[in-house]
Amino acid sequence: MTEAVLETKDIKKYFPVIKGILFSKTTGWVKAVDGVDLYIGTGETLGLVGESGCGKTTIAKLLLMLEKLTDGSIIFRGRDLKEFTREDVRQYRKSVQAVFQNPLSSLDPRMKVGSIISEPLIVDRTLDRKGVKDRVTTVLEAVGLDPRSAKAYPQEFSGGQKQRIAIARALASDPQLIILDEPISSQDVSIRAQLMNLLKDLQDSMGVSFLFIAHDLATVRYLSDRINVMYLGKIVECTNREDLYTNPLHPYTKALLSASLPHDPDSRREGDVLSGEVPSPLNPPTGCRFHTRCSQAMPECSQTDPVFKEVQPGHSVACLLYQ
Amino acid sequence: MQLSLSAKIIVVTGLVIILVLAVIAIFAPLIAPYDPTIGELSERLKPPCWQEGGSRDHILGTDTLGRDVLSRLIYGTRTSLTVAVIAILIAGSIGSLLGITAGYLGGWVDTVIMRLTDLAFSFPTILLALVLAFVLGPSFFNIILVISLVLWVEYARMARGEALKIRGMDYVALAQVAGCSKIRIMLRHILPNVASSLIVLATLQVGMVIVLESSLSFLGVGVPPPDPDWGSMVAGGRSYIFSAWWLSAVPGVAIVITVLSFNLLGDTLTEYINPSLRRQGGW
Repeated sequence: MTEAVLETKDIKKYFPVIKGILFSKTTGWVKAVDGVDLYIGTGETLGLVGESGCGKTTIAKLLLMLEKLTDGSIIFRGRDLKEFTREDVRQYRKSVQAVFQNPLSSLDPRMKVGSIISEPLIVDRTLDRKGVKDRVTTVLEAVGLDPRSAKAYPQEFSGGQKQRIAIARALASDPQLIILDEPISSQDVSIRAQLMNLLKDLQDSMGVSFLFIAHDLATVRYLSDRINVMYLGKIVECTNREDLYTNPLHPYTKALLSASLPHDPDSRREGDVLSGEVPSPLNPPTGCRFHTRCSQAMPECSQTDPVFKEVQPGHSVACLLYQ
Repeated sequence: MQLSLSAKIIVVTGLVIILVLAVIAIFAPLIAPYDPTIGELSERLKPPCWQEGGSRDHILGTDTLGRDVLSRLIYGTRTSLTVAVIAILIAGSIGSLLGITAGYLGGWVDTVIMRLTDLAFSFPTILLALVLAFVLGPSFFNIILVISLVLWVEYARMARGEALKIRGMDYVALAQVAGCSKIRIMLRHILPNVASSLIVLATLQVGMVIVLESSLSFLGVGVPPPDPDWGSMVAGGRSYIFSAWWLSAVPGVAIVITVLSFNLLGDTLTEYINPSLRRQGGW
């Protein structure tokens, strides 16, 4: 593993549930993120996989400082975000960028592409007009778009091109980390492959780190160096890419893998298919959170919360089967 | 969205009438045959030219002081449109900014601004105008002030609603990620995306403002005499309604045509830009 760009230590985000109109009071907490450790190395891609509602996007928002942490710490280049001064926050804004799932919503329809891409630079004020213009041309070319696109509005582009514009904007301030929150989920399959190749090329040429968030294991496989599997606000398994696909340990990971399409359409599917819905994070199951849907659940699973620990070199898992 | 043929005809008619009114308002001194404030008592209460006793000299007749009704109508266009445009500009800018601030920032700022709009909504317009006119004396600027005080609420409410919707868009979150200040986000991202709805609202309100301004002038708290104004012309002709119908009817028709053309334009624009604002019933 390379030196860390960004680490999280036991981060938690609880949202209050408020009831009542006149005398409102907090009746409970939604534990969207409940003690998550992440480690993103320089030039590395960390995959984060989980079903909808498991807290992936909340993690992205926490890292982007769009939400406040309930507890824990986010450490950027060895320094805790809580100790940041205004200037530090300014630098952090330049260094950490994001690409979201839906380019329809992430590109302002009233702004020209050039203004969208240059906004992080204009707010930063270190480059002059000429410098900003050159940078816009550079990043547009880097994502494979005509520099003349800067004068058009985002509505004039196709879905895949819009996502390229969103990537160009994220690259504009030469960031160290880009948070990719399901960047290809809304695209069709042929565009997905192109975008993944583009992201990989950009990483190779610019040395930027990625946090790649997705809901299925198939998409993270191509890009990620290491992959975290998340279930209901917690990480259940973390290992490097090859290991995860050849040697999954947690029953949830196994179930996710068996749910993804096999490479050979004639091969027999093995393993279990997940049944039921993700339990409500407002009232998570006791013990291991997965025991209600787990095919290998044991009686003690409903009592004891498994500890997340390294069971094989570089391979950590939170499951009583391995403790 | 494509406009249907009938909608096109309506919108073009509305636009042509509005343009003609604007030209009349701007070039009033060149078009009006007489000075609207000076009358000749020997010529008083002459009927329009097509009626018995009317003459070509005064096409729409004269009033009780012998002033030319057509000239007064032409200068009155100026008053009505100026009041409408200035009041809407003032109310629109203040209301939109307050609404965007409330919608984007939320929390106590939102609560304060929204309670303020409730307060402004609960004020009886005419009563407020009477009080202000009594305190400050009737003048051109007071009437704009009063109308603005009433109008800003609509803009604030609409801008807030739209801002609430746009606040949730990813580009606002990304602007924050890029390090944009709250003011920059409001002016560069939210305002441009709210603007089309607000412009439609402004068009729809021109008619309302003209009616409001005329009502205030009718009650004697509008534009002070002898400046010509449609509302005060209707009021002045009230006592002669049976003997000299044209004194009230001519400015009345002018109000109807103006309001109608602005509403037709506004309704069509609404349909074109933001169908969600469409009025119930329709025309």
